[in-house]
Amino acid sequence: MLSALRTAGAFTTRRFAGTQAIAGSSEAPKGIATTGTPFLNPSSKAEYALARLDDVMNLAQRGSIWPLTFGLACCAVEMMHFAAPRYDMDRYGVVFRASPRQADLIFVAGTVTNKMAPALRRIYDQMPEAKWVISMGSCANGGGYYHYAYSVLRGADRVIPVDIYVPGCPPTAEALLYGVLQLQKKIKRKREAQLWYRR
Amino acid sequence: MLGSVFRRAVSRQVSRPISTTVQAAQEQKETPKKPTIWKIDEQKRDRLANFGRYAAECLPKFVQRVQFAAGDELELLIHPSGVVPVLSFLKGNHSAQFTNLTFITGMDVPTRKNRLEVIYSLYSVRFNARVRVRTYTDEIAPIDSVTPVFKGADWFEREVYDMYGVWFNNHPDLRRILTDYGFEGHPFRKDYPLSGYSEVRYDPELKRVVYEPSELAQEFRKFDLDTPWETFPAFRNSSITSGYETIHEPAAPAPEKK
Repeated sequence: MLSALRTAGAFTTRRFAGTQAIAGSSEAPKGIATTGTPFLNPSSKAEYALARLDDVMNLAQRGSIWPLTFGLACCAVEMMHFAAPRYDMDRYGVVFRASPRQADLIFVAGTVTNKMAPALRRIYDQMPEAKWVISMGSCANGGGYYHYAYSVLRGADRVIPVDIYVPGCPPTAEALLYGVLQLQKKIKRKREAQLWYRR
Repeated sequence: MLGSVFRRAVSRQVSRPISTTVQAAQEQKETPKKPTIWKIDEQKRDRLANFGRYAAECLPKFVQRVQFAAGDELELLIHPSGVVPVLSFLKGNHSAQFTNLTFITGMDVPTRKNRLEVIYSLYSVRFNARVRVRTYTDEIAPIDSVTPVFKGADWFEREVYDMYGVWFNNHPDLRRILTDYGFEGHPFRKDYPLSGYSEVRYDPELKRVVYEPSELAQEFRKFDLDTPWETFPAFRNSSITSGYETIHEPAAPAPEKK
């Protein structure tokens, strides 16, 4: 990532040197693939600085997503597989925490019943800000097999806002891994400092 | 039943004069494999039947019928007033020692006069035997709790109360166990709708989870699963209770003359 920042820096210095013709031409580096940042068109120096600040913040946040241990049904077993050595979530900085106060992410892994819904909401509220939710499996996505049951919530998104939906019944550990990678991608595009400046 | 059939087949083979041992070996090879079905231990079944008769004689006031379900599963059908005496008899009798209460469950048959049935399953660790005790009630009439006899009946009875609405007298703490706090109705009754009456959602203005009458985007689809083929032709003419075999039934009391 540091190297990415360096490239981004080099790119923008060139641009701000006043050579608009070079920046406008088809010369590399150009896109996110080479620069490592999604914020490529800052309109001012302040925007540029804040974009880099966003880059650093997002780097730190997506490099250590700590999920809450919140298994509700059979999906939890697949979540454990994701934690175990074969898929090994630790290598992405994803480490289970036992307390919502320390967690950035909650996997809703399984059927959310009506009785569980207030508890789920409370746990979500207890998590500190900059928090994400991955809804795992058909039941958490939309009720799934129990959609018409009298006791089951028809989707976790009726209670908490969901960032990533992982389909499957249950999803494989690999699918969950992919979901986490997608979440990292989403965090990468977060422009908190830039939005603060705009406001 | 099946065991006796096989025994007869074997005895016929043995009694037939066989010229050479080679031929016998060949015949043995050709005998078809036995189907992998549950074989009933006749001796054990007899012992269970005897015990069932004995229990019915000891408790003539309560036991209404002794029967076998599915071949070798002993069932005692009792009057609802006799739950505690019958279960304490089964637990305390030295030749039975049904000390383990495996489960209590309910059953709802709306067409019956006493629509609810409560079923107790007991296990004897000493004799490796099981017995089921079945009794009946309606929506109102309470049944005596068996918690004085079996401590473990506590949560089972709470579950039966929750799901079927059977009231248990003398229960230490009879309240719902599985369904939501403030839940209304008994979901395992046949007249309870599958999707229930209410659903929950988070209300951002009230900042809490609220209950609302359920609104389904799409009706529950009912599929026509009837096939033009007959599924179990062997059971075409047998009634649904043909799986039961009555062992002992006290003579019905004479009808009152008027």
